[in-house]
Amino acid sequence: MAMKLPYYPGCTLKTKAKNFETSTLAVAKELDIELVELPKWNCCGAVSSIVTDDLMHQLAPARNFVRVLEMNKSGIVDNEYRLVALCSMCYNTLKRTNLLLKNDHEKLKTINDFMYLEEDYNNEVEVVHFLEILRDIGFDKVKEKVKVDLSSLKIAPYYGCLLLRPKEIAIDNTEDPRIESDLLDSLGVKPIDNPFKKMCCGAHQTVQDKYAVARNTYTIVSGAIKAGAEAIITSCPLCAFNLDNRQREAKELYPDFEGVPILYFTQVMGLAFGVPEEELGFDLNYNDPRPLLREKNILK
Amino acid sequence: MSKTVEITKEADQFLKKIEELSGEKITSCIQCGICSGSCPMINEMDLTPAQSMSKTQLGQEEELLDSKSIWICASCFNCKVRCPRDLDLAKVAEALRQVVLRKAVDKINIDAISPEEMMELPQIALVAACRRLTN
Repeated sequence: MAMKLPYYPGCTLKTKAKNFETSTLAVAKELDIELVELPKWNCCGAVSSIVTDDLMHQLAPARNFVRVLEMNKSGIVDNEYRLVALCSMCYNTLKRTNLLLKNDHEKLKTINDFMYLEEDYNNEVEVVHFLEILRDIGFDKVKEKVKVDLSSLKIAPYYGCLLLRPKEIAIDNTEDPRIESDLLDSLGVKPIDNPFKKMCCGAHQTVQDKYAVARNTYTIVSGAIKAGAEAIITSCPLCAFNLDNRQREAKELYPDFEGVPILYFTQVMGLAFGVPEEELGFDLNYNDPRPLLREKNILK
Repeated sequence: MSKTVEITKEADQFLKKIEELSGEKITSCIQCGICSGSCPMINEMDLTPAQSMSKTQLGQEEELLDSKSIWICASCFNCKVRCPRDLDLAKVAEALRQVVLRKAVDKINIDAISPEEMMELPQIALVAACRRLTN
């Protein structure tokens, strides 16, 4: 029987990063995991509120936790309070509110009082990232599902900030994370270590100063290329945008710069599991990965 | 030769305000500089993270609030995880930004973004930028 988990998509997975969602749902199905979208989910706020007097912005994540209670009550899921996030920004924002309310009963009470029309929330929910679910079921189980040989692919993991920092929300060791390279190993891909795998891409600075971000893109992507990578994986739609689309600006600044495709880790899983190409949505990747995949005889 | 820095009452009040908003004990910064060495945006900054901490300790409000640096910090928390005094500089930067933004100031003009760029940017970039850079 499939493991049914409440799933929070967030805004960008419904539009610009639709390929992240479709590829994840497809590989989850292969692993007998059913990700059940939260009914009536709302925006997480994208960034965590980090000043002491701003409780209002913790409300949006908290409301999503109440939706998880409702899912359990109505029987959509059975005694399952793990809320799965895919987008690193959603994961970080939801997880930080989750921890804040676990550690501060007064703030939890204020939030519950404010949401008086909702069911009371009493810290039942645990926010997890899909990568943690994969690690929990075991990368050996992931390996069993591999049908396509990807051993000719050299891919560099990229973590960025939001899966690792601050420490209390980290899904892996903050300074030396392995979870993505362990996943690549299980898929039969050669993981390439990029010294800039934890460097910030510049995040929302991409709105006000795209060239500042392009300089970070250049450092991160060049680091991966120098180490021998042919592509980079990520789990954040904003990192993906900055590392992928901002290669255009990086080429303006550094004419010798040659980019590489940026993939969601679930797209690589999908390739390994033999998921149909339409569900992997490569047309949404800015630097098209298909020529590389055809050259390696992975795609026809 | 010794140099004396006089901390005025206003300067002290400013420090207290930032300590309260950020929840961080800013006076415990020992100026080791690991934050500056860990910052991925330092090349874009006019004040290094360590300088910003020092200026906050001294309550140098004008220099801090007029600086480029507080708007460049993307809250990546690299400095925070490495600080030997366990200080969260991202919270300090956010507190400094809030002092400006709460006077109904916007640091980005969304209307100035071209329709083409608006179509290309993912929503999370726009939501995050509005949360960090507008009031």
